[in-house]
Amino acid sequence: MRVQLENIHKHYGNIRANDGIGLTVEPGTIHGILGENGAGKSTLMKILSGFTPRTDGRILLDGVPAEYRSPAEAAARGIGMLYQDPLDFPQLTVLDNFRLGGPTPKTRGARRRLLTLNRDLDFALPPGAQTGGLTVGERQQLEILRLMDMGVGVLILDEPTTGISATQKATLFAALRRMADTGKSVILVSHKLEDVEALCDRVTVLRRGRVSGEAEKPFRPDRLMEMMFGTPPDPPERRRIRPGDPLLTLDRVHAAGGRTGLVDCSVTIREGEVVGLAGLEGSGQGVFLRLAAGLTIPRQGMIRFRNVPLNGTAYPFLKSEGVHFLPGSRLEEGLIPEMDIAEHMALASDKEGFWVHWADGRQTAVSRIERYKIKGGPHSPAGSLSGGNQQRLLLSFLSPNPSLLLLENPTRGLDVASAHWVWQHLQSACPAGAGIIFSSAELDEILMIADRVLVFFEGAVIKDVQSEATDLRELGLAIAGKA
Amino acid sequence: MKSEPVIMNDSAPAAARSRRVFRFFGEIGLTLSIVLIFAVGVLLLAGAPPFSAFYHLFKGSLGSGSKLGHVLNTWVPLTLCACGLLYTFRIGLWNIGVEGQVMVGAVFTTLILRTGMGQPFPNAFIGLALLAGGIGGGIWALATGYLKTRGGVNEIFAGLGMNFVAQGLILWLIFGPWKRPGVASMSGTELFPRELWLPTAGFLRLSPVGFTLTLFAVAVTAVLLRYARIGLNLRAIGGNPRAAYLFGLQPGRYMLLAMIFAGGFAGLAGGLQVSGIYHRLIPAISSNYGYLALLVVMLANYNVWAVPAVAFFFACLNVGSIQLPMVLQVDSSLAGVIQGTLVLAVLAVHGWRARSRKAGSS
Repeated sequence: MRVQLENIHKHYGNIRANDGIGLTVEPGTIHGILGENGAGKSTLMKILSGFTPRTDGRILLDGVPAEYRSPAEAAARGIGMLYQDPLDFPQLTVLDNFRLGGPTPKTRGARRRLLTLNRDLDFALPPGAQTGGLTVGERQQLEILRLMDMGVGVLILDEPTTGISATQKATLFAALRRMADTGKSVILVSHKLEDVEALCDRVTVLRRGRVSGEAEKPFRPDRLMEMMFGTPPDPPERRRIRPGDPLLTLDRVHAAGGRTGLVDCSVTIREGEVVGLAGLEGSGQGVFLRLAAGLTIPRQGMIRFRNVPLNGTAYPFLKSEGVHFLPGSRLEEGLIPEMDIAEHMALASDKEGFWVHWADGRQTAVSRIERYKIKGGPHSPAGSLSGGNQQRLLLSFLSPNPSLLLLENPTRGLDVASAHWVWQHLQSACPAGAGIIFSSAELDEILMIADRVLVFFEGAVIKDVQSEATDLRELGLAIAGKA
Repeated sequence: MKSEPVIMNDSAPAAARSRRVFRFFGEIGLTLSIVLIFAVGVLLLAGAPPFSAFYHLFKGSLGSGSKLGHVLNTWVPLTLCACGLLYTFRIGLWNIGVEGQVMVGAVFTTLILRTGMGQPFPNAFIGLALLAGGIGGGIWALATGYLKTRGGVNEIFAGLGMNFVAQGLILWLIFGPWKRPGVASMSGTELFPRELWLPTAGFLRLSPVGFTLTLFAVAVTAVLLRYARIGLNLRAIGGNPRAAYLFGLQPGRYMLLAMIFAGGFAGLAGGLQVSGIYHRLIPAISSNYGYLALLVVMLANYNVWAVPAVAFFFACLNVGSIQLPMVLQVDSSLAGVIQGTLVLAVLAVHGWRARSRKAGSS
């Protein structure tokens, strides 16, 4: 199906998430939508998939203007979207999930359809398996099969390569190519250049809610980079600090939590060290950070902070010792959605006393908003900020003289220039002996920032290496379990 | 250059505030029209003239000084309970147990007044009794709070259970240890001597002490919730307990604190019922004011300044509806129908607000 978007606008208050975007996706092609986080890609795709109403603009399907108000109506017109988080029922079997919402209600017919589609796309999904036990990549495959069964002509994929293994990525890309060859339109949303280069026939680059450029295969990466970021920023300068005394010691720690828990982890982090935690999302990095922050209790083993053993929930003690934890899920763990920025500042203020210092809170809010370039006012509720701005708000709470920073995906949702600025700011604490432990989904970032890399696989640290002694390829293999 | 964003940002909340105020009154209007339409329908079905029913409702509540006094005497416990509930709602707790907290407050007050019978310094005993009422309600609420924070029992079920226990306690006391000389009766314990009655003033037959304490409670609540750290902290924990913990707050402790505040105010209300209105302990000492206060707070949109007005309106309804069966020969359950409609309308408007807010934000 040929998809034309004309002059699409989406405004949230004063913020223009989409500011007059126009693009055409030809049938039988794979079209990339490339852009930094916050460039407006997801908004645009939510509009196309009927999830979000648009402020202005037209959508034409095969040249005919189309009006639809919900994902179901969009699906009836042949538009299907694969979201970042799988929309399935973990308790049900693969076959039941496949049948749900599909046109083949009879079990036997559905089973045959599932196996046929499985073969066509070279997937290997067992119909009887419970969906909750599958990997993210397999659940994604299930969702694709379901959409195919519904007969979609346009398939939108939002960051499909996040959290899946290299093999699964290869399978996915082959399947998408096969679908395009049968005349379907595939739209791939990504902020990863290598995905777009490997797969797409044509790419539209978005920047700050507008189309900043288009390109045909073969792509020139430097040109795409320029369209994404303007002039590419310089990476922050690496300051090497000789590691000091042990700051955090884990000794044969086992812990529950997350998808995998943490298995037999023994690590020592020293003062001044910057340690990057690599691995597929949910491979134990989150558990590691929460253990270090005293938020969860190990099932077995010993954790020490500066030789003080941590048992029970030690978070208040660690907080007073200058340990700061920055959670990855911003609205679930980090911020109070309905409270505004000034209220957050008043809450974070370490001033004692019975009364709230509202004037102080507002003043701090104004100065932090300026310093951290948060798009919003002192009275903007945290929940109304965009993801990147929520991240800046969270970062602005970190104290200036920490002893240990525990950061879960600290630059997620920030553009490259802001990420660099944040890192410069964070690393300035290291000469005074602070340690930094951070997780990131971007290996580039880890190699650029960290002195030392821990690679997590299925809850275990399978690689502990100085970042000079390794490279992207080796880390990529380690993430997939080949250390 | 530097002052510019400040000005912009200050005008934004002003606009938001006026929008909120507009919305608030819109919601009240909508709720009342639902109730009005439904009540008119029911009255017509029952064969009673709606206009005169509303007239009698009005006359029965504000028609004379003694009726106004009656309304204000209802307003006092309703407003006190509602003030207490503001703390628990701030932290996201549904303190259904407020009813039981009123009852136990009444029990504690009765206990002190009973020991004060025939003793010198009756006024000291009255003061002590009211204090004991607040403490009793607080203890009862604290028990519910511990069930929630330590036992992992949902506060709604815990509160409901504690209400039954409190009711049982009162019945046991009235028919057991505190029964009247001679025969125990549903009409309650023995009347206290006059010197242990809370003094009332003028033709309104309203206790100035209770009224002043209530106004004081509203003012204290307003100030604490807006300007003190506790208000900010309660709201933070109510908004996101996990984030609040990262900010260094202990959600469990604040939950207990909020429960103590709620129970304290409710217990004081119960104490005032005993010492100022009934002058004895009766089985229905709480008169369901606790449950009604939950609705007052919801209708007031959790706004402390709107609570006294809404509570006054509810008190008028409560008192005025007593008239209806007498003058219009409408079955007395009509009052219950109107109040039931109010409950449902409040909840419906509540749901509508939540939905429209969600639609507005996405």
